[in-house]
Amino acid sequence: MAVSLREYRARIRSTESMKKITRAMELIAASRIIKAQQRAQQAAPYARELTRAVSAVATFSNVDHPLTREEENPKRAAVLVITSDRGLAGAYSSSVIKEAERLAERLRDEGKEIDWFLAGRKAEAYFKFRSRDFVESWTGFSDQPGYDVAAEIGKALIDAFLKEQGEEGDVDEVHVVYTRFRSMLVQEPTAIRLLPLEVVEGEEPPGDAELLPLYEFEPSPSEVLDGLLPQYVVSRIFYSLLQAAASELAARQKAMKAATDNADELIKKLTRIANQARQAGITQEISEIVGGVNALADAQAAAND
Amino acid sequence: MADRAGAEALHVELVAADRTVWSGDAAMVIARTTEGDVGVLRDHAPTLSLLAPAVVEIQVDGTEDVVVAAVDGGFLSVANNRVSVLSEHIDLGDDIHVDKAKAELEEARGLLGSNDEAERRIRRAEARIRAAEKVSGGSLTSSH
Repeated sequence: MAVSLREYRARIRSTESMKKITRAMELIAASRIIKAQQRAQQAAPYARELTRAVSAVATFSNVDHPLTREEENPKRAAVLVITSDRGLAGAYSSSVIKEAERLAERLRDEGKEIDWFLAGRKAEAYFKFRSRDFVESWTGFSDQPGYDVAAEIGKALIDAFLKEQGEEGDVDEVHVVYTRFRSMLVQEPTAIRLLPLEVVEGEEPPGDAELLPLYEFEPSPSEVLDGLLPQYVVSRIFYSLLQAAASELAARQKAMKAATDNADELIKKLTRIANQARQAGITQEISEIVGGVNALADAQAAAND
Repeated sequence: MADRAGAEALHVELVAADRTVWSGDAAMVIARTTEGDVGVLRDHAPTLSLLAPAVVEIQVDGTEDVVVAAVDGGFLSVANNRVSVLSEHIDLGDDIHVDKAKAELEEARGLLGSNDEAERRIRRAEARIRAAEKVSGGSLTSSH
C-alpha cells in the first residue's frame, strides 16, 4: 500500500466530479441532437422543391450554365472541409480531416492544386498549427448552423468557381468534405463534388405521378436557371452543414457516454483498492495491538517469575 | 404530394430555406414575379417563375382570411394545383415589426452606393414594411 487511503479518496472524488461533467455533456448533446434532426427535417422541403425545380428546368431545356460547365483542363480544386468548433467529440473532426487529406491526395494525383476552405475551429486550428495556407474559414456555428452562413460560404465558393481560368483565386472544381449522419451510431465522413453541378434525378426513379409537367418558364428557362442554381448550391451546402451538426452531436454524445462509463469503472476500481487499503490499515492496527498486548503479557509473566 | 394533385383546392406551400412557413389550401395566390404581378387560381398552367422581393398574398380557401408574407426573391412553381413559393427568407406579415423594418430600410438607404447589397436590402425591407402594413391596415386582416 504505497498510496494512502486519503489519496485514494481524493482520486475517487475527482473522478466523480469528472463523471458529472461528462454525464452532463452527454445529456446536452442528446437533447441538442433532437433539435438538430428537427432542423434537418425542416430544411428538407426547401431542398426537395428546389431539386424538383432544377430537374424540371434541366429536363425541358438544354442546360448550359456556367455552374454546370466542366472545365476541359481542370487545374485547381477548392475543398471545403466541415468540422466542429469544439472537441470532446471523439474522432469526429480528425476523421473528417483524414478524409479531406485522402481527397487532396487523389486530386493532387490528378494534377490539381488545392485551395482550402474551412468551416469549424478544429479545421482552422489544424491548418494553422501546420502553417498551411487556406483561402477562407468560417467558425462559430458548427452545432447549429444557420442558412445565412451557408449562403456566405456558397457565395465565396461560387465566386471562386465562376472566375476565368488563370484569374487570381480561380478554381475549376469544388468539393465538400463533411460527415453524413446515418444514424445515432453511424456517421461517415463523406466527400462530394459540388461544382460543376451534375444534375441527376433523385435516387429512386420517379413514379408515374411524379412525372414532371410541362412547365412554362418566366422570364425564360435560362434566367430561371440563373436564379435557381446558386440557390441550389447554397441549399446543398446548408444540407451538409446540418448533417455535420447532427453528426457532431451524435459523436459527442457517444464519446461522452464512453467517458462516463470509464469514469464509473474507474470509481469502482478505486473504491475497491481504497477499501483494501482501509482494511489493511485496520488489520495492521489490530495486529499491532495484539502484538503489543502479547508483548506486555510476556513482560509481566517474566517479571512475575 | 402527388395524391393531392387531383384535389379541388389549390395547395400552397410557403417554404423558406430552413422551414415551411405556411402550408394549406388557398383560393388564390398573388405574387410578384420579375415580369409583373401574377394571380394563380385553380388549374393554372404549370409555371416556374422568378419572384421579385415583394409581398405574396394567399387567400385562404373557404374563408375571408388572407395570409400576407414578404419574400426575398426566390421562385414560384405551379403544377397540378400545387403552388410552391420558395425563398431564402420568408416572413409572415404578422411576425414583422414595422419599426424594425423601417430602421432596416433607413440603414440600407444610408449604405446605398457603397455596395451592391444595399439595394437588395432596401427592396427586402420595403417588401417587409408593405407586408406588415397590409396585415395591420387592411380590412382583410388575417389570423392564422
